[in-house]
Amino acid sequence: MARDDSYLRIETVTKRFGSVTAVDQVDLSIGTGEFFSLLGPSGCGKTTLLRMLAGFETPDVGEIYIDGAPVSGTPPHMRPTNMVFQNYAIFPHLNVERNVAYGLRKEKLGREEETRRVNEALEMVKLGGYGQRKSNELSGGQRQRIALARALIRRPKVLLLDEPLGALDKKLRTEMQIELRQLQQSLGVTFVFVTHDQEEAMTLSDRIAVMAHGKALQVASPKEIYNDPTDMTVADFIGQMNFLEASVREVSGDQAILDAAGFGAIKAPARRPYVQKSARLIAALRPEKLTLSESAPEGGANSVRGKIEAAAYLGDRSHFHVRVDGLEQPIAVAGPDEQPGGGSLAEGAPVWLSWSDEAVILLERDRG
Amino acid sequence: MRPARLSRRPAAPVGALLRLSDQGEDHVAQSATLGDRPAASASPATRRSLATRFRRSDSLRGYALLSPTLLVMAIAMCAPTAMMVALSFWVQSGFDITATFTLQNYEQVFSNPIFEALFLRTIAISGTCAVATVLIAYPMAYYVAFHVKKNKLVWVILMTLPFWTSYLLRVFAWKVVLGYNGAINSGLMSLGLISEPLEFLLYSPEAVVITLAHAWAAFAILPIYVSLEKIDRSLLEAASDLGDGPVARFFRVTLPLSAPGVIAALFLIFIPTFGDFVTPALVGGPDGLMLANIVQKMFGKLNNWPLGSALAIAMMAIVTILCVSLIWLSRKAQERMI
Amino acid sequence: MSKLAHLQRPNRPLMIYAIVYLAFLYLPVALLPMFSFNDSIYIRFPLEGFTTKWYAEMFGDRQMHAALRNSIQVGVIASVTATILGIFGAKAVTRFRIKGVKPVLGVIMLPLVIPPIIMGVALLILLTQADIKLSLWTVTMGHILICVPFSIVTLMASFEGFDKSMEEAAADLGDNAWWTFWRVTFPMVFPGILASLLLCFTISFDEFIMAFFLAGTEQTLPIFIYSQLRFPQKLPGVLALGACIITVTFVVVFLAQWLRGRSFGTPQAGGE
Repeated sequence: MARDDSYLRIETVTKRFGSVTAVDQVDLSIGTGEFFSLLGPSGCGKTTLLRMLAGFETPDVGEIYIDGAPVSGTPPHMRPTNMVFQNYAIFPHLNVERNVAYGLRKEKLGREEETRRVNEALEMVKLGGYGQRKSNELSGGQRQRIALARALIRRPKVLLLDEPLGALDKKLRTEMQIELRQLQQSLGVTFVFVTHDQEEAMTLSDRIAVMAHGKALQVASPKEIYNDPTDMTVADFIGQMNFLEASVREVSGDQAILDAAGFGAIKAPARRPYVQKSARLIAALRPEKLTLSESAPEGGANSVRGKIEAAAYLGDRSHFHVRVDGLEQPIAVAGPDEQPGGGSLAEGAPVWLSWSDEAVILLERDRG
Repeated sequence: MRPARLSRRPAAPVGALLRLSDQGEDHVAQSATLGDRPAASASPATRRSLATRFRRSDSLRGYALLSPTLLVMAIAMCAPTAMMVALSFWVQSGFDITATFTLQNYEQVFSNPIFEALFLRTIAISGTCAVATVLIAYPMAYYVAFHVKKNKLVWVILMTLPFWTSYLLRVFAWKVVLGYNGAINSGLMSLGLISEPLEFLLYSPEAVVITLAHAWAAFAILPIYVSLEKIDRSLLEAASDLGDGPVARFFRVTLPLSAPGVIAALFLIFIPTFGDFVTPALVGGPDGLMLANIVQKMFGKLNNWPLGSALAIAMMAIVTILCVSLIWLSRKAQERMI
Repeated sequence: MSKLAHLQRPNRPLMIYAIVYLAFLYLPVALLPMFSFNDSIYIRFPLEGFTTKWYAEMFGDRQMHAALRNSIQVGVIASVTATILGIFGAKAVTRFRIKGVKPVLGVIMLPLVIPPIIMGVALLILLTQADIKLSLWTVTMGHILICVPFSIVTLMASFEGFDKSMEEAAADLGDNAWWTFWRVTFPMVFPGILASLLLCFTISFDEFIMAFFLAGTEQTLPIFIYSQLRFPQKLPGVLALGACIITVTFVVVFLAQWLRGRSFGTPQAGGE
């Protein structure tokens, strides 16, 4: 099948529940074979959006298109989507085989053919031979796979997953993440994946939509979202970030010079339209983009003095909190523990922070 | 206070017990371990350990709390039933009861055609009643479970309130409604729809079924409602998602999952109606009499307590057999599904 | 037309069915008060005129007064006893890991599934064999038997509805079992206790079959009513009495259900 970049199109969709706007004018396009995540804290509207794709809710405003056709009037059982529910929704009165085969009723397969398909689906989720088990004999991880098999056996074009790994312990979750990704790539099915775990979303997705308060704040690949967030909320939600208040002194070409609180004069790439002279913005720096040194860095490049307030040794790297004059919050720095020339940094030690211009991200202040 | 005695190794039985004991038993443990005496001669320790065992055993303390209740049950239910069983093997002659073992009563119960007819009729009436009541109550329970959003509790109370009115009065109300000069007839006549009162309404097995169905509907709807309410809504969404329209979903998911409630309701109706004598007496007429009426007469006018006991026990047996078969059948059906 | 075949589609036919069902449930019962105000000893249409004389007649009836007093007496004793037994039983079952709890509970629940005539007759046999005279006390005994399962079920719900760790906290802070019960458990299960009392009283008050077999010379109200049913001229009076009983019962049961709903927060999966 030809790749369709907007196989699933969500066009300015809004959904309200009473006085609460759960989904606020969201615009998204999802392509065939894409692993697409909806990421955000609870209450951000991601599950509501997913349910609208499945057909369990209808948009109040806007329309959803699947393969070019509007689907708001189509009930769930007639859509080419299938869902893996958060609590798995395994039918307690049916055994594994009958659970997995549940959706095949309409296809009117013969007994043999049906059994073959079921076994195939079970093999796919690595539960071959589990057909005769009763549903109350399954562990959480097994139920999750059965739910997956049950949905995939119908060969849907789109698989919707509602925080499917939330109830699993860390180790199992990591295993399942890898398996899910492999499955998705081998089947070429579009996965729409809802999660509040940013690490999970970053690991699995081709693209992520970061959501908050019903709005889709940024839709981009994990790399872009991490390195080039367009929004303070997105920047803060993904990974760790240092925020500095800064005002633009001047803009020349694609570089801006700013006065940043505590850091003094800094330079940053001026990529966005809101970077203008006298604009008051936020300068953001990832902790790992800052380097610590005991002595002043050469060349007088971007640097600032500070004192280590707290240090945590994590083995492969260390986290530091550095107190800089004029700043209320300490600066978070992540980096190797050892210093060139031996020795390591300890609490209370005076240090120099340095970074490169390219690492500074300029964001608009969050309103409210 | 002595420290925990993990380092000491006292003699076997007493020691083992005492090693588990807590603070209060400290000084006792000390005296026992010092002497290393075997269990038998350490009497204060053993008595104390019994008390400890009592305090430690959840089960024993639970039973202690339960004992008054169990005592009441024993006196009011178990002993009487035992007596009734005994009585059923004795004979009534005149005003005396001869306390010799005989199967005479049971022979009567199983050979007398009147009894047989009554048994069959009672089973038929109770069975019809149970099925009819469940059939009419189910949609109502479904409505409240799935289509009522606010004030579910109010609906539940409304559904079940009639059950709490006086049973006698409800039966009598139907007598009034169905009678020759009763509400239905006189109403239809005054409306000009019929010229003669309908006779079949009252004093018939049908009247008994209607009255009982009404009487138990309010009670039997509860287990059905509870089991419908308990169904995880995401299961229904999953069924939809997997291709089932509303009708298919009802038969493949909702109905099977509400089966336990339906079966409970069937029992809840069948068992008391099987033993009811008031309704047949008031609205059944001669054709609507049930087993319980005969049992009542045995203990009343006919004054044959042993035979009455035998009948009562036979009734119990039949009800139990029928109920157990129903449970067994439903298990089989469930297994085939699963 | 878009078929929103989702669960919550409003269903007209079902709603109509629900209303008809409720009508079927309540109409016969509603007829009683109606005819109790009817100026005729015949219970039939058309209605002949409004009167309250049946009420006056019934309320003047001494026999009725005695029966009412007896019923209240039996009801109070039976409900209090059954509730106390229920408290012990519910606490035992919910707070202790009793071995064989399922069969024991099964036995306790037996009176719910045995036809009352059988229990009444069996008890009658025991009493006569033990040479105990039939009286209101024997009726009370029978009523306690059938009320205990209801009481335990009601109270189990109450006990399970609050966290055991509160009792453990009280014990940790120095209260023994008795004090823990009064200072922590009792206040929290109080609505359940009230509900149990009301429910058991209602059951006992309306109970006819066992009372029929176990009563001596003193009647309970249902027995009185039954005896009146064979006299046509007494009928409207009986209806008047019935209307009063129904009203009071409704209020009492409503109260009980509301209380049960309150004892553990939001009314969730419907009452029972």
